[in-house]
Amino acid sequence: MSATILVKAAILVDGTRADILVSEGVIVKIGSGLSMPAGTSGAVTVIDGNGLTALPGLVDLHTHLREPGSEQSETILSGSRAAAIGGFTAVHAMANTSPVADTAGVVEQVMSLGDAAGYTTVRPVGAVTAGLAGLRLAEIGAMANSRARVRVFSDDGKCVSDALLMRRALEYVKTFDGVIAQHAQEPRLTEGAQMNEGTLSGQLGLAGWPAVAEESIIARDVLLAQHVGARLHVCHVSTAGSVDVIRWAKARGIRVTAEVTPHHLLLTEDLALNYDARFKVNPPLRRSEDVRALRNGLADGTIDIIATDHAPHPSEDKDCEWGAAAFGMVGLETALSVVHAAVVHTGHLSWTDVARVMSRVPAEIGRVPGYEFGIEIGAPANFTLYDSSVSRVFDTTMLHGKGQNSPYLASALPGQIIATIHRGYPTVLDGKLLSPEELAPYAGVNRG
Amino acid sequence: MRHLLTTKGLDRDTAIGILDVAEEMAEASARTVKKLPTLRGKTVVNLFFEDSTRTRISFEAAAKRLSADVINFAAKGSSVSKGESLKDTAQTLAAIGADAVVIRHPASGAPTVLARSGWIDAGIINAGDGTHEHPTQALLDAFTIRRRLHGDASRGKGLDGVTVTIVGDIVHSRVARSNVWLLTALGAVITLIAPATLLPIGVGHWPVAVGHSLDRALETNPDVVMMLRIQSERMQASFFPNAREYSRQWGLDDERMARLYPTTIVMHPGPINRGLEISSAAADSAQSTVLEQVTNGVSVRMAVLYLLLSGEREGLA
Repeated sequence: MSATILVKAAILVDGTRADILVSEGVIVKIGSGLSMPAGTSGAVTVIDGNGLTALPGLVDLHTHLREPGSEQSETILSGSRAAAIGGFTAVHAMANTSPVADTAGVVEQVMSLGDAAGYTTVRPVGAVTAGLAGLRLAEIGAMANSRARVRVFSDDGKCVSDALLMRRALEYVKTFDGVIAQHAQEPRLTEGAQMNEGTLSGQLGLAGWPAVAEESIIARDVLLAQHVGARLHVCHVSTAGSVDVIRWAKARGIRVTAEVTPHHLLLTEDLALNYDARFKVNPPLRRSEDVRALRNGLADGTIDIIATDHAPHPSEDKDCEWGAAAFGMVGLETALSVVHAAVVHTGHLSWTDVARVMSRVPAEIGRVPGYEFGIEIGAPANFTLYDSSVSRVFDTTMLHGKGQNSPYLASALPGQIIATIHRGYPTVLDGKLLSPEELAPYAGVNRG
Repeated sequence: MRHLLTTKGLDRDTAIGILDVAEEMAEASARTVKKLPTLRGKTVVNLFFEDSTRTRISFEAAAKRLSADVINFAAKGSSVSKGESLKDTAQTLAAIGADAVVIRHPASGAPTVLARSGWIDAGIINAGDGTHEHPTQALLDAFTIRRRLHGDASRGKGLDGVTVTIVGDIVHSRVARSNVWLLTALGAVITLIAPATLLPIGVGHWPVAVGHSLDRALETNPDVVMMLRIQSERMQASFFPNAREYSRQWGLDDERMARLYPTTIVMHPGPINRGLEISSAAADSAQSTVLEQVTNGVSVRMAVLYLLLSGEREGLA
């Protein structure tokens, strides 16, 4: 079934107001005073865009959807719903599932489940090493050439710490125009690590996760990437030193891209003070100096993109002592609001920049087509409408995935996603998710 | 006092108040009939997720001398891998009607989590959590120092200007942390001595002096030398090369002992590795307070239980 959507008087990222007309999955007109074409058939939706900022569909390069294997934490359907309500039209599902996404079969299944759910495009990430074991390469070529056309490979959750294996991986993915997304964490320096290593970890008696464990791997990897002429992507950069290393690498012309999470742009390590495990995440929350450096690095382009590292966990994995708790926080639903608070309010980024770091460039790194030009005539209709004027106290009713491990519960956050258009049909309208039944006619179209 | 979770944030007056109540308890314990009826009808649970016979029996003796009912709950083994059990256990104890829970746990912050969780309404006493704190140990150490210095005239006094040198595995020591905060609040001047590997990152921000040489520290003739236990697994993890080297550099051996002022107090929280961090002669000397610390531990824990369980349950800890 095809949908026709007319958005009236939305604010584009450059500040101009325009109507947007969507038909057959494509943005067909942008202008003022547009009306529904005569004789329109199928589903027709008119959205009052007055006061809403139209952003190109957000693309997350770093999402944990947990399926297959940990469906009690999240499923591809539940995570896709969280993505849609957060304004995302494409997410990259990390490979640390069970079974691990290290074969063509698993990545094709993940993609198919995403298409069937229909809320967002699910792009599987393939494992770098078989079983994430860090011993030998996974079937990278098979995944790249599969129906899922995997381009991002990552052992995320684990670091590809073996230097030779990392070199081989970087070289091998060149064959398929792929990229290695490295979880930079020197394993020996972080044995038993619980939080940022510093004065506070010493006081709280929690084993430290030193900045150098991240920075030393990034330094090694950029040099390896330079040596073999490969693309490297650095996941969830969290320290000021990492920003410096990446800035240095880019100045040397090394093909490195880097991401930062919304939570590392807003939250600091002091939140660990009461041992509330909602604030336990890997890499850990760092010092305010690091937050400043990350914001500046994002503003000056050293850090290329924002990625959520959405990591849902069941409540029992957080409702316990810090040391026993799982690492990670959910982030899809809050990402844009947190970015708004952390870097837009503060003047580090404009909405044009947000469109770049949350849509165009992550799509480019992940080789997701259709995001090159943002909201443009002829582009696939993937966009979201954001009301930047409201402020909400965030609560669990605003979470739509299975995980409730959000660090923002009971905090005031700006903004709200009012509508999300994915592949030309709405997944969110009036600030509410459409039901799977409402989506079924469209989702079906995208199958196979 | 609602809970006793840390000594960090404990102010001088509150700390002196606890020590003064402990003096009363010590006096009562010196009588022929040691038992007081104060906590009759109260239930104290010793919830130990880690073996510690010494601390447990000290709390048990303290609770029993105050006529509380004591339940010992050894939860070691099943607990740590799956965090849910802390919650389950806490809710079970709440259902049983525990008035106070004395918790020893290998995870730093577990008592804080318990106190803030809403799983249980009982007063929580931290009996040692991971590498975080061990507040009653610090209180009994302060009590012991004060008694050695002031004897029967201890009540109402702080530890102003008392110089305390703490030696050994600071980074992993909950005893060191609790002592740093408490003794500082009481006015003592603290020096930490350890190899750099056994000092926490950020120790420069602690209210202490830091050094690496025990010999140089002893030249300043501190009032108190507190030796910490060295665990053998630290050697495997390359914190220092071997026991011999550690002992030579940072052990209170006979030769160093001989150089101390005769008034210098030698402390150790136990259990002792004789010949490693402290020689037998040093541990057994008249300057050593090792056994007094054990005795005083009961009085201090009586005081804490009393303050938590009798009267108004308010204020913070």
